[in-house]
Amino acid sequence: MANIDKIIDKWNADPDYVIEMMQDIQDELRHTPREALEQITKRTKVPLARLYHIATFYKSFSLTPQGIHKIQVCTGTACHVKGAPNILDAFARELKTEIGETTEDGKYTLDEVRCLGCCSLAPVVMINDDVYGNFTTKKIKSLLEKYK
Amino acid sequence: MNKIKVGLASCGIAAGAKQIQEYIQNEIKDKKLSIALEETGCIGMCYNEPLVEVFSDSGQWLYGNVTEEKAEKIIEHHAQNDKPIKEWLVKAENIQTDDDSYFAKQLKIASRNCGIIDPTKIDDYISTGGYESLKKALKTPPQDIIKEIITSGIRGRGGGGFPTGVKWESAVIAAKKKGEKPIIVCNADEGDPGAFMDRNLMESDPHTVLEGLIIGAYAIGAEEGYIYIRREYPLALKRIESAVKQAQEKGFLGQNILGSDFKLEIKIHRGAGAFVCGESTALMASMMGKAGEPRAKYIHNVESGFKNKPTVLNNVETFANIPVILEKGAKWFAEIGSGDVTDNPWGGSSGTKVFSLVGNLERTGLIEVPMGITLREIVYDIGGGIPKGRKFKAIQTGGPSGGCLPESHLDLEVDFDSLTKAGSMMGSGGMIVMDDKTCMVDVAKYFITFLKGESCGKCTPCREGLIALDEILTRITKGKGKEGDIELMDNICETMKIASLCELGKSAPNPVLSTIKYFRDEYEAHIKDKKCPAGVCKELIKYKVNDNCTGCTICAKNCPVDAISGKPKEMHFIDQEKCIKCNVCYEVCNFDAITVK
Repeated sequence: MANIDKIIDKWNADPDYVIEMMQDIQDELRHTPREALEQITKRTKVPLARLYHIATFYKSFSLTPQGIHKIQVCTGTACHVKGAPNILDAFARELKTEIGETTEDGKYTLDEVRCLGCCSLAPVVMINDDVYGNFTTKKIKSLLEKYK
Repeated sequence: MNKIKVGLASCGIAAGAKQIQEYIQNEIKDKKLSIALEETGCIGMCYNEPLVEVFSDSGQWLYGNVTEEKAEKIIEHHAQNDKPIKEWLVKAENIQTDDDSYFAKQLKIASRNCGIIDPTKIDDYISTGGYESLKKALKTPPQDIIKEIITSGIRGRGGGGFPTGVKWESAVIAAKKKGEKPIIVCNADEGDPGAFMDRNLMESDPHTVLEGLIIGAYAIGAEEGYIYIRREYPLALKRIESAVKQAQEKGFLGQNILGSDFKLEIKIHRGAGAFVCGESTALMASMMGKAGEPRAKYIHNVESGFKNKPTVLNNVETFANIPVILEKGAKWFAEIGSGDVTDNPWGGSSGTKVFSLVGNLERTGLIEVPMGITLREIVYDIGGGIPKGRKFKAIQTGGPSGGCLPESHLDLEVDFDSLTKAGSMMGSGGMIVMDDKTCMVDVAKYFITFLKGESCGKCTPCREGLIALDEILTRITKGKGKEGDIELMDNICETMKIASLCELGKSAPNPVLSTIKYFRDEYEAHIKDKKCPAGVCKELIKYKVNDNCTGCTICAKNCPVDAISGKPKEMHFIDQEKCIKCNVCYEVCNFDAITVK
């Protein structure tokens, strides 16, 4: 809880900034657990129901832990036109997981994102904070080797 | 001393510019060269990334598609010995290159400094005349600045196209009536898939956005300003944060700005991933720590916006234009573009617009063109046409709420009013070019699925309408479409247009309506003939090996479900029962031996 309080302090426990606090928590813990949300409620007086509304409304948040490496296949319009759906399916096959799910070993979370704004290099894949342009299904195996 | 600049915006980095920068840095260090290494943003030539520019006695030279091997030679021949390597040049002062036509029809106002200055240094911006317009503004009465902005005819670059000056004036009137200080907000939640103009402006020239925002605040009398940036743009966020800090240190922000009575504090909010937050009232709800749900529009933001105070909300690109308008004058700006905005900002579209030109094109990137340019000029003269000898099919503008225009509309002049009239819209500036391998029904389904996921769910027509449209489109793309489906969709779309609460819902049917209008035959092929002419919809296509097959076995080796059989050097065969239509065989085949039909 010490970390959670630190994050809440960073935003001066200002109710306007609960979304910011939750993003910091998501980054730190790879999810927004109930205890953290309860702590925000306690400190900011924002009702817990509203925090759950936020947690389920915005895409950044997840209530269950995410994998160590977050794979985001861009499915923006340019990427879609250039074959992103096939890339997404190929990742799902390779990782033996579903879109939006985490692999059993907790290593990877596979997700789609619209859009990363690198449309001129479509199709694009982002792992953690690294962006890879002009992606093809052929590159998947070697890419995963880099993120073990 | 000669200088090398590497373009380090997000797209450059994705293409490997960071590695090139590190390589050059090591070369300089290892060989003890006296060459300065600097960074810059993106000049918009994304198709040539990574870009490296050399400044030597003989001038300024830009190299494209730079690899480590090329970088080594560029350093050796050019940066050290001033002998430019002409065949790798993409832009130079005295030499013609194949890429000159990419810039010939462009006119840069908002993105004038992108890819030229170092976005991390405020002094670089100041040396190009940055913050001079702010100094000028502070010596001018605020109402005169508003008048100047109205005269310029500039309309909101985020998509709405509302005259900026008129918005500012209304906020001042409302603030006076309520006796409150107005709020100014910069909408940097660029959510349209296929659009990245604002990302690049913030990454490559954050100070011009900031200067425009500060001038706007002064003009309307705001002391509180906000910038709402989407989380998917970490670099833009970093650059804006550091720009705000630098501006504070230089006295362009804070108390008594440049010795005047004017004060302004800017706070930054990070979006948490919701397309609807680009809508102004949803954005403000999000800034107050709530889910981003829009409210009805009869309450105007300029009267009652953020925390019920009079609020002006403008887009990143709009703000980026403001310093130039003040510098060069409203008349100069008004003369650029289409229509006539004298005495009436609604009379035309003045100035330029930044577009992200992407999709099936030879040259993709960010372009800034005068309003009134035709789509044909953009696609062929700037974009270089469609690659691989394929045919142009459609151009999609305006993001998910925009529409797809066919070849017969290529001579349309690009401005706010003519695009809307044609059934699409300007939107924030995404332009996606599609070739004949694109299925228009699939594109419509793509946008509707996207919007279904992003609808906030508050009003029924948008929430339920999108679910119904998605269901019908899914059925059509699976070959289960029924007679009357097109008419049914028309009907649903009409209801959504009339009855939805916010612009997202009202414009959500556009992708369906415009594709039905211009590509009805494709819908009919799906529904009646159970065929996808473009070869995209998986349930309606088959992968087959054709006579080009040399029996190289590469497809069989790569097939994830072992559906391909055949002996080496003999023609292969795809088992249709096993085939999951993943397209892998098509991608790996070196002999064009896979047919998709």
